[in-house]
Amino acid sequence: MASIKGSRQRGIALHLVLVIGLLLSVFPFYWAVIMSTHSSTEIFSYPPKLLPGSHFLENVRHLFDNVDFFGSMANSLLVAGSVTVLVLFLDSLAAFVFAKFHFPGRRVLFALMMAIFMVPAQLQAIPQFVIMAKLGWIGSMTALVVPAAANAFGIFWMRQYMQSAIHDELLDASKLDGAGFLRQYWHVALPVVRPGLAFLGIFTFMGQWNDYAWPLIALTNPDNVTLQVALSQLNGVHGTTDYGMVMTGALLALVPLLIVFAIGARQIIADLGKGAIR
Amino acid sequence: MATAPVVETSPAVVSATPTARSGKGVLSHWRLYAAISPFYLLFLAFGLIPVGFSLYLSFHRWDGLGSMEFAGLSQYRYLLSDSQFWTSIGNTIVIWALATIPMILLAMVTAVLLNSAVRFKNVYRFAFFLPNVTSIVAVAIIFGSVFSTNFGLMNAVLQAVGLDQVAWLNTPWGIKVAIATLMTWQWTGYNAIIFLAGLQTIPGELYEAARMDGAGPLQTFFRITLPLLRPVLLFVLVISTVTGLQSFSEPQVLLQTTDNNSSFAGGPGHAGQTMVLYFFQQTFDNNDFGYGAAVAWGIFLVVVLFSIINWRLVQRRGEE
Repeated sequence: MASIKGSRQRGIALHLVLVIGLLLSVFPFYWAVIMSTHSSTEIFSYPPKLLPGSHFLENVRHLFDNVDFFGSMANSLLVAGSVTVLVLFLDSLAAFVFAKFHFPGRRVLFALMMAIFMVPAQLQAIPQFVIMAKLGWIGSMTALVVPAAANAFGIFWMRQYMQSAIHDELLDASKLDGAGFLRQYWHVALPVVRPGLAFLGIFTFMGQWNDYAWPLIALTNPDNVTLQVALSQLNGVHGTTDYGMVMTGALLALVPLLIVFAIGARQIIADLGKGAIR
Repeated sequence: MATAPVVETSPAVVSATPTARSGKGVLSHWRLYAAISPFYLLFLAFGLIPVGFSLYLSFHRWDGLGSMEFAGLSQYRYLLSDSQFWTSIGNTIVIWALATIPMILLAMVTAVLLNSAVRFKNVYRFAFFLPNVTSIVAVAIIFGSVFSTNFGLMNAVLQAVGLDQVAWLNTPWGIKVAIATLMTWQWTGYNAIIFLAGLQTIPGELYEAARMDGAGPLQTFFRITLPLLRPVLLFVLVISTVTGLQSFSEPQVLLQTTDNNSSFAGGPGHAGQTMVLYFFQQTFDNNDFGYGAAVAWGIFLVVVLFSIINWRLVQRRGEE
């Protein structure tokens, strides 16, 4: 009996620690919600407010007066959406080639691709900016979409997935049926690797949605920015005057992201560790 | 998700595919080359040429508009004597350590607790991972208010327990602690899930055997869990070194309002200016593209050196 009682106590202690961790994880979100429902004068008061106030709609109105919130959100959706579609297509196509075909230069090309992982972004930042400026892309969404349209991580991830998920017998059979390369890719490979594509898609979308450094430099026109840049400008200009409004913006900018995460959480959390233990 | 690949197939196995045997020359594979070419074209235009160009640029003086002027090694000589660059290296390493050491410890504890087959495992994993998917700009705005000197939550808590307030975003240590706290908050859950994936590959019989031999929980952790987790620990350490030493958005958003001349200054006395922030300041605020390129190569060197040191440390501890 003593040991059962002991293990139950251990179980309670375990949950206690985990719940504390959970509260620490979630608390900043709660704090943002609280702040977004208070006026600035209430926010500046002591002790700090820990329960919701009644100024949320007022804060939302101030937010929409100060930035083109929906415009910048549309820009973010456009960029993240088109990058995701392009990455899914181009990465899976290249991954299919690397996973299932043999051709001269295959090893060298693959090694070259993996080496790109090691190059830090700053080394590319200035020349990319110069190239974009020469192309006349600075200030337009093209500067964000084109360089991100295919990436080494996605190709590596999909290749690993395809190597084990697509059986050679299946490809052989489809070849006997007269399927060419593109039909093999579209009708045989893609349907099998849908879960892998889902992970890559969600991962890419979230990464693009949250990207900040490059859009900050490349989108020089203040009327044409992504949501993250718009938010940071709001923080810079009005940060000390209207905290309720800034917080409301930060919170609303998280909504689309949290929806995507909620849809794909299972996929993301299940697949995430695989990179480490492979 | 049971079908996901965990085992790396060796390239030799792949050669037994239909097209592999039928192909005769390079030309007969044109479809394959066409399929992988978009990535390599993009890589050439936005990866390889830029890296070469940044090397070329680092030996020149250029404001981005006028003509380039050859400068030899003078940019690099200046870099070595540039005290602000060294300050930014120090800041980056201090912030990295302040964030990474608690983060790895907390992540490991969380993973071990989650691994002991508790209920609501998925709820915990969802909540722990939430910080990592949220945008750094929103997070920095939220933490900016938590660490605010006048009305921040941190100071309210300090005041409530009878301690003095701290001007978090105005003192060298306060700034670093605030940035590190933000990073720890954002990455602990992510790393816990990676550790958890590693823990789940350790066979249960090992723990069974350890318990038979009368090993306590701590002994089991240090004798079985930790050694078997070393590859994952290595992965986590290298990833957090590479990302942590290149931190930019956290200090930029948190401290951008404190200096009217540059949003990349990193707060009072540059106390929160990381290496990458310094790079942005030199390049895009001062339009000093040549020197900016030299700074970028300096950062690259520091990151590589630091990664190797970390790698060595973890490897050696494992050999003992």
